[in-house]
Amino acid sequence: MELLVASAVGVMTTVGLYLILRLRAFPVIVGLTMISYACNVFIFASGRVVAGLPPILSKTATGYTDPMPQALVLTAIVISFGMTAVLVMLALGAFFEAGDDRVDLDEEGRE
Amino acid sequence: MSPALIAALPFLGALLPGLLIRVSRTACATVTGSVTLLALIGLGLHIPAVLRGEVITARFDWLPMLGLNATFFLDGLGLLFAGLILGIGLLIILYARFYLSDRDPMGQFYTYLMLFQGAMVGIVLSDNILLLLVFWELTSLSSFLLIGYWKHLPEGRQGARMALTVTGGGGLAMIAGMLILGQIAGSFDLTVILQHKAEIQASDWYLPALILILLGAFTKSAQFPFHFWLPHAMAAPTPVSAYLHSATMVKAGIFLMARMWPVLAGTPEWFWIVTSAGLFTMVMAAKIAFFKDDLKALLAFSTVSHLGLITMLLGFGTKAAATVAVFHIINHATFKAALFMSAGIVDHEAHTRDIKRLGGLRHLMPITFTIATVAGLSMAGIPPFNGFLSKEMMLEEAAHTAPWVIPALAVIGALFSVAYSFRLVAHTFLGPVRDDYPHKPHDPGFGMWASPALLAVLVVLIGLMPMTFAGWLVDAAAGAVTGDTVHAHIKHWHGLESPALWMSLFAIGGGLVLLGLHAPFDRIWLAFPRPEAKRIFDTVIEAFAALTARVNRRLHSGALGQYLAVATLAILAGGVWAFQTGTHSPGTRSLQEIEPVAAAGWFALMVASFGVALMHRQRLLTLVLIGVIGLIVSVGFAYLSAPDLALTQISVEVATVILMLLSLNFLPKYTPAVSSTARKTRDWIIAGAGGLGVGTLIYALMLRDFAFPTIADYHLANAKALGGGTNVVNVILVDFRGYDTFGEITVLGIAATLIFALTETILRPGPANDRLRNWKSDTPDAGDRHPLMMVVATRMMLPIALLVGIYIFLRGHNVPGGGFIAGLVVAIALVMQYMASGFGWTAARQKIDYHGLIGAGVLIAAATGIGSWFAGRPFMTSNYGYFHIGPLEEFELATAALFDLGVFLTVLGAVMLALSSLTRIAVRAGQTTNIEAFDMQDKLEPGPGAEAEVK
Repeated sequence: MELLVASAVGVMTTVGLYLILRLRAFPVIVGLTMISYACNVFIFASGRVVAGLPPILSKTATGYTDPMPQALVLTAIVISFGMTAVLVMLALGAFFEAGDDRVDLDEEGRE
Repeated sequence: MSPALIAALPFLGALLPGLLIRVSRTACATVTGSVTLLALIGLGLHIPAVLRGEVITARFDWLPMLGLNATFFLDGLGLLFAGLILGIGLLIILYARFYLSDRDPMGQFYTYLMLFQGAMVGIVLSDNILLLLVFWELTSLSSFLLIGYWKHLPEGRQGARMALTVTGGGGLAMIAGMLILGQIAGSFDLTVILQHKAEIQASDWYLPALILILLGAFTKSAQFPFHFWLPHAMAAPTPVSAYLHSATMVKAGIFLMARMWPVLAGTPEWFWIVTSAGLFTMVMAAKIAFFKDDLKALLAFSTVSHLGLITMLLGFGTKAAATVAVFHIINHATFKAALFMSAGIVDHEAHTRDIKRLGGLRHLMPITFTIATVAGLSMAGIPPFNGFLSKEMMLEEAAHTAPWVIPALAVIGALFSVAYSFRLVAHTFLGPVRDDYPHKPHDPGFGMWASPALLAVLVVLIGLMPMTFAGWLVDAAAGAVTGDTVHAHIKHWHGLESPALWMSLFAIGGGLVLLGLHAPFDRIWLAFPRPEAKRIFDTVIEAFAALTARVNRRLHSGALGQYLAVATLAILAGGVWAFQTGTHSPGTRSLQEIEPVAAAGWFALMVASFGVALMHRQRLLTLVLIGVIGLIVSVGFAYLSAPDLALTQISVEVATVILMLLSLNFLPKYTPAVSSTARKTRDWIIAGAGGLGVGTLIYALMLRDFAFPTIADYHLANAKALGGGTNVVNVILVDFRGYDTFGEITVLGIAATLIFALTETILRPGPANDRLRNWKSDTPDAGDRHPLMMVVATRMMLPIALLVGIYIFLRGHNVPGGGFIAGLVVAIALVMQYMASGFGWTAARQKIDYHGLIGAGVLIAAATGIGSWFAGRPFMTSNYGYFHIGPLEEFELATAALFDLGVFLTVLGAVMLALSSLTRIAVRAGQTTNIEAFDMQDKLEPGPGAEAEVK
């Protein structure tokens, strides 16, 4: 199980990193989304993964997983939506301003 | 009144002018003055105690671990300076009321002035040197605002910048010096440091600390070679000059030297550095002042000269000299503030400050003439005014100091001082009345001359009866400086055998001769080139700016990919280094079995991830795959015992994909192939290395047990007892870590507002807006944009979706759900209406403003947090209870639910604001919006929204 989670984090990070190194805004945003997934799963998994033990208190439960990383990740997911939205808007603004969605400045700089 | 409150009052008072300026200018000035008066009265109440030798203290722990505490103390020196700052501040507030013209924003002026006043009072009352540094920097910042108050004048802006650069730079040096001093003494409390003279002076670090602290003091007090900023700061309005350069800002450096005098003074290093800087500054500035034609420039250089005089006295290191220094601080503040204000009156009435264009004003402005003459003669050191007393005492001290060059130069400085003081009075006020003034001058109203007149009265009173009007204050302040009981004997006549008498007479005689020869000397002075401090300063600054620009161009090439590649590799290298140098133990946790369903999900994730990477140029397809990945991640969360995360992830996923789809409406649908194979290979290597590192790290982490006891147990054990909920994740969010959540929803609200602001920017007239209005879709519209089935289905579903949202919200405290998820679910339900029925139709029915939702959410969450104060508990402590109403089952009510409501509203508002902003862009791009329920062809029109937007 751990191997699956770890490899998933690794692959999502790889794809995310590859995409943020592209030259257009859209792949960069998608890449950041991928990195967000990877980060969230990473932090979540730092509480160690276990199936079937949700942190919902009850008399019948045999144990609970660590609730702390979950609380951290929950807000992180929502914040990453906010971040993505801001980036999308920036990309749109840049696109309308410049006519394309390149992320690099030209040689002489684009003002 | 506590010293802390005295320091805090001006800061509180700074809030008032901005409000009261709406009432009237007089109300604004009155209230500002009242606050200062209140602080002054509070200070005055302590006078008897301080004169008895008591020290009044106030202490608040701020960051005790860093040694930074808000500790204040009031002793004789603090009393003297705080009295000057508040007293002259009060006079300046009165004077500025009449000096500032109707065009000047008076509210701003008083706000800056009060900020500055508070910072100054803070410096002189601080007992903690770190706190003192905070106030020290605040004076640099607020004086920047004051000097640059006339923003429209380039001289004002440049002068302000120069003052900030020089004094701020010195402040940085002083921070280092103070830290060293604190380390030597083992405490950052002044009262403690002052008792460690022997250790400090014996330390190897004494000289570096001394030089660094003196750098701070010399820059602030405009000592050579840092004197050049002060004359340029004269571009400020005269009330500012009068305040900053008579009693406050430039005296801060003097204050610091006096404050540190007991531990720093008395060594040869101190004597030579401080005395020579002071002496040289005094003579040089006095000479320049003699040749200045601008009244304020003359006064500026004379201020520099007098500061040099005080510095020199402190440098002597003897108790008698320090006492004279304290006395001269009082005298200089009185006559110099009066002179500055008089110069301001002349400028205000005659519309020029150029001495060569003035003269004869004695007949036209008798009141101003009287004030300026009294103050000017005092500055020259003519009996019986107060300047005479301290100058005699200064010469007396200099005469007893070796080597001989010190008294000789002191006399020359005094001689120039006589010359420029007389020139100021004679060439401005005496002589025949001219007929070519830029404006016919006359005396101003009472309000304007009241302040300088009062100071002139003080000049005379202290001069005539020094022991009655100043002796007690000098004793108290000098006692605090020297740490010894001081009984100053200030008198006019020291006897014929006193060297000071002859030195003084020589200075007066020589000064008069020099004044008579002003015209020929002036021609010589003008004929020779002089080093222009501003040009040198500008050259140095420009060189630095060029260097920075060069470095920046290299580092900041504009290629985002380069930065990110460098950052990734640097982080990776850091990780490898940490791995190489750290110690590791093998993992002890056993691996869990892989179930087939998990393996299937993993496989789908792999396919989708690599699919995204390989087919990212087809953007729509990428979005579909991103949706798949998000879905599997959320299912994974559910599988791995995180139901709340699963619910959040899936609803965020929907919102994110909708958002990206909306943006793809405009952005190109395909990414062009521009990267070379080499570049792609390089990027794959970097990305692969990063992914491998992260994957290995989390794998290693999961194989090992926690290095420290986890805090999870505490939360699990207390969620029900303290937070009243069984869903531990939700209890953590709204209760244990409620403060974090509060911060997070605030950030979310800010992000949404930012999106709105960006949209406004795009929609503003400009190239982006032009492109938007001429935008042509590169894909044809769907034939049926609002399919009947979808419209009906979404309408049917809306109440159900809202009910589900409410249900998820209510149950959140005990089972998976809560404000975050409910907010997302309701947002998606509403977005569905936009999608199905169109923007125009939905917007017309949407009564609630999304900004309002965000604001209300944050405010409700904050109010819930504050509510716990009324129950006598810390911020954000939740409370809950069980209630029974009528036929309903017993149910629980928790204040945390109210907090969660705030979360809900903020999330809902933020998501909706983000998505509707994108829609507004679409409307501007000419997309039709329907106003009728269904999308009949004949009802289609460019939406009313579009027209409204254009306007």
